[in-house]
Formats: sequence, C-alpha cells, structure tokens
Amino acid sequence: MASNIILAILVTSIATYSSRFLGVLTSEKIDENSKVYRWFNCLAYSTLAALISRMIIFPAGLLSESDYIIRLIVIITSILIFFLSKKNLVYPTVFSAIMLTLLNSY
Amino acid sequence: MINPKYFFKGLLSVKGVNSPAVALGASFVAIGALLKNLGFSIQESIFSTFLTYALPGSLAMAESMLIGASIINIFLAVWLVNARLYPMTVSLMPLLIHKTQPKWKYYLSCHFIAVSSWLIMKSNYEKIEKKYRIDFWMGIGTATWLIGIFSTILGYISADYLNKDMMMGLAIVNPIYFMCAMIGVMKTIQLTSAIILGALLGPTFYFISPEWCVLYGGVVAGSIAFFIGERNGK
Repeated sequence: MASNIILAILVTSIATYSSRFLGVLTSEKIDENSKVYRWFNCLAYSTLAALISRMIIFPAGLLSESDYIIRLIVIITSILIFFLSKKNLVYPTVFSAIMLTLLNSY
Repeated sequence: MINPKYFFKGLLSVKGVNSPAVALGASFVAIGALLKNLGFSIQESIFSTFLTYALPGSLAMAESMLIGASIINIFLAVWLVNARLYPMTVSLMPLLIHKTQPKWKYYLSCHFIAVSSWLIMKSNYEKIEKKYRIDFWMGIGTATWLIGIFSTILGYISADYLNKDMMMGLAIVNPIYFMCAMIGVMKTIQLTSAIILGALLGPTFYFISPEWCVLYGGVVAGSIAFFIGERNGK
C-alpha cells in the first residue's frame, strides 16, 4: 500500500505539472496584446467557471451527500453576503462553511 | 536573482480583506483529513500538497484511490481536472515574461499556479513594474503554497475531531470562494460572458460526459465569449 501511495502522489504531480509546463512553453511565443492571448484568457476563465459550477451542481465525494436545496440556499446567501460586504471574499466563505455544517446537522 | 522587495510584497499580498488564506486553509484542512482517512502517513500527505498543490487534482486523486482506481486511471482523472491549468498558465505567463529574467524562474514558479494564487496575480499585476512581476508572483505563489502545506498538516492532525458535517462545511468553502472571486472579476463583456457561459455549459456537458464536461464546456464557452468580446470591442 505504501508504495502505491507514493506512486499515486508522483503520478498526480506529473499529471498536474505537465499542464503548467506546457503552458509556460506556449507562453514564450505569445504576446500579451495579441488575439491568441485574449482567447486563452477567455478559455482560462470559462474553464474555471465550468469547474466551479460542476463542483457545486454535481459534487463528488462528501459534498454530494448534502441536500441539493441546502446547497442552493448556501450559494444564494453567500452571493448576497459577497455583495453586501462590498465584495469581501472572507465573509461569504467563512459563512458558507458554518451554514452548511449547521443546516446539515438539523 | 530574486528581487526581495517584490518577493516580500507578493508574499504579504495574501493578507488583507480579500485574503484567500481562509478559503485555501479550510480546503487543505479538508484534504489533510481526507488523506489521513485514506491511510496516508503525515509525510505522504505533506509530500502530496508539496508536489501537486492544486486542490481539484488532489481531490481527484483521493476520490480515485477511494474507489480503488488503477494508477493509469488516477493519472487520467487528475489530468482531466487539472488541464485547466494550461490555459490559466498561458493567460498568466505572458504578463510576467521579461527578457532580462532567467527562464528557470518561469518553469519553477509555474508550479504555484492554482486558482487562488492566479486570481491574486491577475488582479494585481498592473501595479507592478513588468521586470519584477515574476518576483512578485514567486512571493504570492510561495505564500499560498505554504498555506496549503501547513493546512494539510493541520487537517491531518485534527482529522479525528472533525465530524462528517464539519467536513462537508469545509468542502463547500473552496467552490464558494472561487465563485465569489469569479463574480468579482466580471468587468468586461468578454470576461463576463466567459464566466457566465462557462458556468452554464460546464454542467450542461455533464450529461454528455461527466469526465470531459469541464474541458468541453470551458473550450466552447471561452471561444464564444472571445467572439462576443471581439465584436463588442472587448
């Protein structure tokens, strides 16, 4: 088992670093004012947005055991707090954890 | 070598009202606890965050191991969720590249690319002189990476005290933080459409392929947003 864990860690880090490495390699030929750069910028934000909404709507692991309605309530309230706190990022995140924990235990 | 003034400026940029430290910390506490439950030793858990440091990838590894996936399947699962790091790197590095700076800095510091560090850099780079942006970036990266490692240790140690509901609470912190941060950067037509379309298309493609939905959704949404933006003068 122990050697499997080490192997899994190594494989995970290689799979992760490869995308970063290829990114730097590609960046050497791209000017920040070019259209290609703007396209990549759109891809980066849209892929991230796709990942985040997938994590919330179709969560894997533990989060999938929480009720759909509870998650929706937490998300909407967090967005409200974000705007009410003049776009502060700490308040909604701290609040979301406490709210989900409490709603789940009742 | 590294300019200490800019490096420390980057290092200290993780504190303040929009600090990602809380969200980042909470997520890695969850990872630390998850890895302990999977049978990792503390050294292996540290090693994992040290070498990978991209949360969805570590989660994919843990979930694959939980269902007893093969090494090849672990590789694929991680690669699929972390392939987003490629466009993220390409949309960050051209802002930092300066001909007087050595290449090793870029190939080493790309390891720090993860959502939180990337978002901080993207919203602060204009304030930094281009020559020193890479040093500033290395500071941000080092700080967020260290928060990740320390939180993994904390999560590993506190695993026995965390019940299921608390673990669930920790698990939602990261997507909520990212979601709010994304809403915060919706300033141009191009970026706003990229984010909204991505958020809609990602889950839509889930019905076609759960594994590939993030990449399919991201590429289609990003390309549409690019054209919308170009037509409307950004």
